[in-house]
Amino acid sequence: MNLKTILLGSIAAAVFAAPAYAVDIKIGVLNDRSGIYADIAGEGSVVAARMAVEDFDAESKDINVEIVSADHQNKPDVGSTIARQWYDTENVDVIVDVPTSSVALAINDITRESDKVFLNSGAATSDLTGAACSPNTVHWTYDTWQLANGTGRAVVENGGDTWFFVTADYAFGHALERDTSAVVEAAGGEIVGSVRTPFPGTDFSSFLLQAQSSGAKVIGLANAGGDTINSIKQASEFGITQGGQSLAGLLVFINDIHALGLDVAQGLLLTSSFYWDLNEGTREWSARFEEETGKKPSMVQAGVYSSILHYLKAVEAVGDKTSKDVVAKMKEMPSDDPLFGKGEVRADGRHIHDSYLFRVKTPDQSEGPWDYFETVATTPAAEAFRPLEEGGCPLVE
Amino acid sequence: MFELLGIPPQALFGQLLLGLINGSFYAMLSLGLAIIFGLLNIINFTHGAQYMLGAFVAWMLLNYLGIGYWWALLLVPIIVGATGIIIERLLISRLYHLDHLYGLLLTFGLALILQGLLRNEYGISGLPYGIPAELAGGTNLGFMFLPNYRGWVVIASLAVCLGTWFVIEKTRLGAYLRAATENPTLVGAFGINVPLMITLTYGFGVALAGFAGVLAAPIYSVNPNMGADLIIVVFAVVVIGGMGSILGSVITGFGLGLVEGLTRVFYPEGSAVVIFVIMAIVLMIKPAGLFGRTV
Amino acid sequence: MVSVTDSETSSGAAASRSRPKAMGMPAHHMAIFVMLLAAGIVAPFMLYPVFVMKVLCFALFACAFNLLLGFGGLLSFGHAAYFGAASYVSAHAAKVWGLSPELAILAGTATAAILGLAFGSLAIRRQGIYFAMVTLAFAQMVYFFALQAPFTGGEDGIQGVPRNPLLGVIDISNHMSLYWLVLGITFGGLLIIYRIIHSPFGQVLKAIRENEPRAISLGYRVNRYKLTVFVMSAALAGLAGSTKAFVFQLASLTDVHWSMSGEVVLMTLLGGMGTVFGPIVGAAVIVTMQNYLATFGAWVTIVQGIVFVICVMLFREGIVGVLSKLIKKPL
Repeated sequence: MNLKTILLGSIAAAVFAAPAYAVDIKIGVLNDRSGIYADIAGEGSVVAARMAVEDFDAESKDINVEIVSADHQNKPDVGSTIARQWYDTENVDVIVDVPTSSVALAINDITRESDKVFLNSGAATSDLTGAACSPNTVHWTYDTWQLANGTGRAVVENGGDTWFFVTADYAFGHALERDTSAVVEAAGGEIVGSVRTPFPGTDFSSFLLQAQSSGAKVIGLANAGGDTINSIKQASEFGITQGGQSLAGLLVFINDIHALGLDVAQGLLLTSSFYWDLNEGTREWSARFEEETGKKPSMVQAGVYSSILHYLKAVEAVGDKTSKDVVAKMKEMPSDDPLFGKGEVRADGRHIHDSYLFRVKTPDQSEGPWDYFETVATTPAAEAFRPLEEGGCPLVE
Repeated sequence: MFELLGIPPQALFGQLLLGLINGSFYAMLSLGLAIIFGLLNIINFTHGAQYMLGAFVAWMLLNYLGIGYWWALLLVPIIVGATGIIIERLLISRLYHLDHLYGLLLTFGLALILQGLLRNEYGISGLPYGIPAELAGGTNLGFMFLPNYRGWVVIASLAVCLGTWFVIEKTRLGAYLRAATENPTLVGAFGINVPLMITLTYGFGVALAGFAGVLAAPIYSVNPNMGADLIIVVFAVVVIGGMGSILGSVITGFGLGLVEGLTRVFYPEGSAVVIFVIMAIVLMIKPAGLFGRTV
Repeated sequence: MVSVTDSETSSGAAASRSRPKAMGMPAHHMAIFVMLLAAGIVAPFMLYPVFVMKVLCFALFACAFNLLLGFGGLLSFGHAAYFGAASYVSAHAAKVWGLSPELAILAGTATAAILGLAFGSLAIRRQGIYFAMVTLAFAQMVYFFALQAPFTGGEDGIQGVPRNPLLGVIDISNHMSLYWLVLGITFGGLLIIYRIIHSPFGQVLKAIRENEPRAISLGYRVNRYKLTVFVMSAALAGLAGSTKAFVFQLASLTDVHWSMSGEVVLMTLLGGMGTVFGPIVGAAVIVTMQNYLATFGAWVTIVQGIVFVICVMLFREGIVGVLSKLIKKPL
């Protein structure tokens, strides 16, 4: 069916493209459609992109938008081949989403070289708006610094002042552990130990046992995807939360909770930029999204919607699609949409918005599927992300 | 409190026990691989996917038919074994006269197809599968909190492995099987239906993988990739034990689980690679594996 | 010992019969080389150059692998180690040490050769499936190293590898000028492989592949031959990997993962192992497939799996093997 919709979409675009538009935009949704991020991004991000174009009502504004999509398989070489081909031969103007930091960093370089626009929603690396920042890139949804800060600080403030990390042994895990440790220590907490787990892993019980015997109040899971799911599942099995320790997931998506079930996941603390049940606006949009996909949106998919909407508004304001002008406009105009509320894009390309610390509900508290989170704390936009001057981004004077 | 290599002995016992539990999975999977290799001379690369299939079928039985864990433990091996028999009849049986290499490549392809199809249908984040109520909770052993379910995994896997070993080494059926491994033509001449035996053996090896899949469903994430990385490790286990050696694969499975458990304490980063280091060393010193006959 | 398919055996024998031709190359091989070169020159104007460069790199990789499997009869299940390690080293050399591309590629290739020497000298003591497993074990260790070592950048890989001027003077920063370099390297690599296969050394290799005890009894130091071809294959795989680092301007874990080792087996098998030109066709088909099926998500793996199964079940000679049978000439 997804092939059909894409084909129909392009046929429709071809038929209706007959009248000349003032601006023709081609959006490439590049993400993981088959691997570990296929559920948090994947086809759902394409749906979100289509919804953004509909809601913007491009047609009536004399802007023609076409959407293409591809699977980068989480491999930087596959992703960069597709991106180059899109930019060089298929006139794609903007690439969105791109989970997996390694692919995102590669696309970041290529986009700057080709002078196009890159709206990242899916990747975690805070380098995109730090050392690797680019005048062509906007990083929308979340990053490692925000996750570390959101979870680390709020948890310490709520009394969880001794930490043990279960860290996936690769750069992403290391970065999360490093950033969170700094935050925890700055807030007056203490790190009692950590263990590096091979990535990807299946059995975490032995590492969890080490965490248990450390006596730390909080076990920080500096991992993602299947590693996180397995560690949470096994923590519940070994009665770690019943023993009085709490788990803090540093990168957990709502789809992970859905996969785990509340029995297992209850009590988990996590940071997220979006949750479908935040307010009237998010509920309404998410209901539409669910109609098309059968699932509630992840924060990545919401970010795809929100970033495209803001991009199209900027195109409208500029009147053409010159990449640097449009990105400059995106930074100049405040953003506002039902999902992320009011926000702005900073000089380094970081979109800032409120960040939430959630606790996963118990099965009794939940009213049904997807009713998973209760809000513990909200970090206001201004404090949620790494301060502009600390990132080392050359664009910041 | 005295300490052993900087680790309190209680903690060390706990870790060893956990290693043993992981070893149960290695043992069951490598046992299946060893049986299949012994008789069919096929390196069954689909084994990981069939283990994954076991977990998925258990989930499907529960969610589509309301069949719970205990029945799944019985039904899943039969279902997965049956798919194995179909695969053997349709595809693998045509490759026996060729080099090992082709069997490996065929089953590698089948694994890709199986994983791809389930990924298309169920996504990648995994599906929830609870621990059966009878085995929920845990027991405090003094040195550690042992979830009852993990205890059950070790017992079930030991029982299955020993049972299989007994059938193959001590019964008439097993004798036929071993004879057919040595010289299929001669055994055929005695009026035994060797092709049928081969088919059933493959089915049984695969059923073991399915069984391991059901055992794994409640504790590991049930997702299409759950067998993909495991299979490479299990290969190593089989090679270390000696290709085709039944007892060797079981002992090595449990043994390597313990070694891996220890590595997790002393050098956690290395726990993914330790088995490969051991494999390289063993193959250098004892080419046919620890329990294998010389080639 | 891995014995290769029947058709291949006969084509190998035919190759030796038809050998004494112009410059040691039968006319139809010469024609194919000229055609390949012509296709290589035209391709970037018809197709997207980066895509063609990817095909070229993998074609060289697959040919290097085929040298070992198809002609040496040794199935390595860990060739990603040499491809990936070389790619890391050349990326690092260009980015951090600021070496010019030819030196960086040389460094990468040398690394692969040294790794090949170290691993090969241990692995060739084992045979058949054990050989495959030992190579796999070593490749897993390289993967582990790549994941752990600080200079490889973990899962981010080494990004933004600069395309410094070739020999310090020739600009290769745009796709087209780089393309000529890649075409040159690949073609040079192919000619080297062709020379190796058709040299007396190559003939001895085939003899070992067909009947090792006999080769030993004839007085050949079998292990020395095996080791030599192993190192050559690893070095050429490294050449492909180092070049790839410049094409994509990155080196990543994908290049050293065991699935890459699986992919190169698939390419060789599909194209026709033990044929000279098969792996090129196999690599082109697989890379094209990955490229055009990218839109359809998990279907890439499913289709790859189906291709594997069809190849094994229906035409084990591979595409070029079948063609070679049709025209009754070794290709």
